[in-house]
Amino acid sequence: MDRFVFLLGTGLARGTLFALFALALVLIWRSTRIVNFAAGAMAIVGVYVGVAVTGLTGSYWLGLLATVLAGGLVGLVVERGLLRFASARSPLSGVILAIGLVIVLQSLLGIAFGQQHTPVRAPFDDRPVQVGGVPLLSPYDVFVVVVALGLMAALRLLFVRTTLGLQLRAAAFEPEVSRLLGVRVARMRTVGWVLAAAAASLAAMLAVPKELGLNPHAADMLFVYAFTVAVVGGLDSPGGALLGGLTVGVVMSLVTGYLGATLTPVAVLALLVVVLLVRPSGLFAAAEARRA
Amino acid sequence: MSAALSVRELVVGYGGAPVLRGVSFDVDEGTVVALVGGNGAGKTTLLRTVSGLLTPSAGSVHLDGEDLARVGVEDRVRRGLAQVPEGRGVITELTVEENLRLGGLWRRDPADLRAALAEMYALFEPLERRRTTLGHQLSGGERQMLAIARALVARPRVLLLDEPSLGLAPLVVAQIMRVLRELCDRTGLTVLLAEQNVAGALSVADHGLVLALGEVVASRPAAELAGDEALRHAYLGF
Repeated sequence: MDRFVFLLGTGLARGTLFALFALALVLIWRSTRIVNFAAGAMAIVGVYVGVAVTGLTGSYWLGLLATVLAGGLVGLVVERGLLRFASARSPLSGVILAIGLVIVLQSLLGIAFGQQHTPVRAPFDDRPVQVGGVPLLSPYDVFVVVVALGLMAALRLLFVRTTLGLQLRAAAFEPEVSRLLGVRVARMRTVGWVLAAAAASLAAMLAVPKELGLNPHAADMLFVYAFTVAVVGGLDSPGGALLGGLTVGVVMSLVTGYLGATLTPVAVLALLVVVLLVRPSGLFAAAEARRA
Repeated sequence: MSAALSVRELVVGYGGAPVLRGVSFDVDEGTVVALVGGNGAGKTTLLRTVSGLLTPSAGSVHLDGEDLARVGVEDRVRRGLAQVPEGRGVITELTVEENLRLGGLWRRDPADLRAALAEMYALFEPLERRRTTLGHQLSGGERQMLAIARALVARPRVLLLDEPSLGLAPLVVAQIMRVLRELCDRTGLTVLLAEQNVAGALSVADHGLVLALGEVVASRPAAELAGDEALRHAYLGF
């Protein structure tokens, strides 16, 4: 039972990270119908900036802030400079541009910083705290969960409670009607890309200390799992991203703990295949897509 | 009476095929002008061009004397031009109240927006009961009321309506037309109403335009048009 509780806790903590990254994919998908295959590479650019700022200032918190700001800036540049010109008539053109961007960004990062893994230290202890002899989450896991859930809650408030959020949703659902109401749809798409890229960079920054370290490909697996989460939850559903993230995180943790790490990717793939066969729109899409 | 909306020699086409061929007309302030014609006459293309969604290859659109050639769709809304598109254009993923708030994006004063919403709920009573209902759960009539109310929240000077009666019960159509007529008489709102329901449109309009194959073939007072049997047979099919 102790083992189960520990695996469940770490699975939920990991799941919130997947959920945050998946939310970035959902935001882009909802507003542009593009699966942003460049999300991982874009996020890592922000992480490199954040790690550099931490190195220069000695402050993890300034580095974290710089990660978010740099991630948002990357989103702005990519949308304004590249993906805005993707043909709306061909969803494939956006996907191809995004894949091309992955190659360019990872090559440039490799040239600038090298391909080696650079260790990134967590700001808190990463060893699980024992409660009554049962190992639970580490302080860093708690920090990750609080930050990820906090940001998702803030985004939810933005979308549901503010005029900007209303315009973002309207522009995503009905671009032409929104223009007829005075919504600047192109600007809303840019805002959506900035928010999504900033959230993805934050998720990557939080994930890196728990992985092998920082390198140009450090967010590749995070992207793969987050993409699975987005599909499982429903690509149109921000709420589905959270629930899907927690589901995938727990499945991965339990499979790793009970069956071994080599079977984890297989389990995730199996979950993806089952969802696509049984409910292609995602487990949580039907209810959520009609809400915010 | 001055023209709120002037269209001059408008030419619009899709991929080289002309849809509007030199269309010209005026819509006087505070009047309802019915734009009637059969399928493919160019009514929707004309409204989409006036609102800025389509770019004409020649001709001009003036709102209160201002040439709108360099004014984008979003800025035409700010200048007082609102369109209710064909198929109602309700954003079905948003609630009634959220749709209405979108119409009042440019009201800086929250009290002013609240007053505008209250006014719309008074005009279209069924909407007030359903303010938290999502758009996709509304009936066709309620969606049409919502689309019109949302456009009116912006307090436009000129309202473009594209086929508001499409698919609605006659009683609902009559209610919507009555509200529009009252609004024009009370507030000085100017309406350009594109309709295939010719009799219904002409019954509330001051003036009528008949569009056929992208050209205005008749422009007369609505009552006169409704009574012209030869014209009705030739262009309007009744």
